Amino acid sequence: MKSLEELQKIKERALERRKLAGEGARARVVVAMGTCGIAAGARDTMSAVLGELEKRNIADVVVTQTGCIGLCEYEPIVQVQIGEQDMVTYGRISPDRVATLIEKHVLGGNPVEEWQVGK
Amino acid sequence: MTVFRDLSQHILDIAENSTAAGATLLHLDIEENPSRDHLSICIRDNGCGMDPEMLLRVTDPWVTTRTTRKVGLGIPFLKQTAEMCGGHLDITSEPQRGTTIEAAFRLSHIDRPPLGDLINTLICIVVGNPQLDLVYHHQVEAMDFVFDTREIREILGTEVPLSDPEVLAFIRGALIEGVAGLGSEATNGT
Repeated sequence: MKSLEELQKIKERALERRKLAGEGARARVVVAMGTCGIAAGARDTMSAVLGELEKRNIADVVVTQTGCIGLCEYEPIVQVQIGEQDMVTYGRISPDRVATLIEKHVLGGNPVEEWQVGK
Repeated sequence: MTVFRDLSQHILDIAENSTAAGATLLHLDIEENPSRDHLSICIRDNGCGMDPEMLLRVTDPWVTTRTTRKVGLGIPFLKQTAEMCGGHLDITSEPQRGTTIEAAFRLSHIDRPPLGDLINTLICIVVGNPQLDLVYHHQVEAMDFVFDTREIREILGTEVPLSDPEVLAFIRGALIEGVAGLGSEATNGT
């Protein structure tokens, strides 16, 4: 494995970043990873979400996954929650939609109406 | 009938079952062995397991534990893919102990899907399931590579998650380097 010494330095920088960002996560992004989601390309969508946050060096957005939520025809499904607000569910989020979604909703706080499902 | 493009999507799918079963530790063993014309993927978890009755039924496409839809598909898909490629699927499980799924394939079989984007699959498993530790062991002929999130967490402590962007870049780098060093067919990106 790569140098664990390097990881120790990364840890110190990460702790510093978290101190600056303050307590708690600014937003939560959940990618549906049931069989239906994976078949529709959820892995590439999740990779795009992580890539986008990595590119912008954003540490206070939590990305997790969930199983099938019963909206299989709309996969890949991504849910966004800002702070304690209601969770917004988006459908057919292919990797090319991810940058816009992060920019507008996760960072900007403005939901992208036309991609929402199950409203 | 193939719903997944690559075997890594099957791995992601089976790992999702483990998460749903409350697993906190997942062992993934991959062996590519061209000289024996053999490829195997073994996924072992410490989740809630299944009783003998459920175990008998689990390769049936109409069985699922999900409540949102009345059929399950993941395990039957993998079984079908393995059997179509001159291989087999074995499942053992014990309630409260966990489940082990092993899929074997003939490496050179014309219908065998590629391992595909293993790097991003591992990253999705690691980041998407903060309560889960992954021990990934990959062997190609006599070479092997081990990646264990417990070693990383031991250094990071509880305050820094594996999903921190810089930690994630480190993990990705370690995985790419390890897998490339093996000469595996697995890829980074689709």
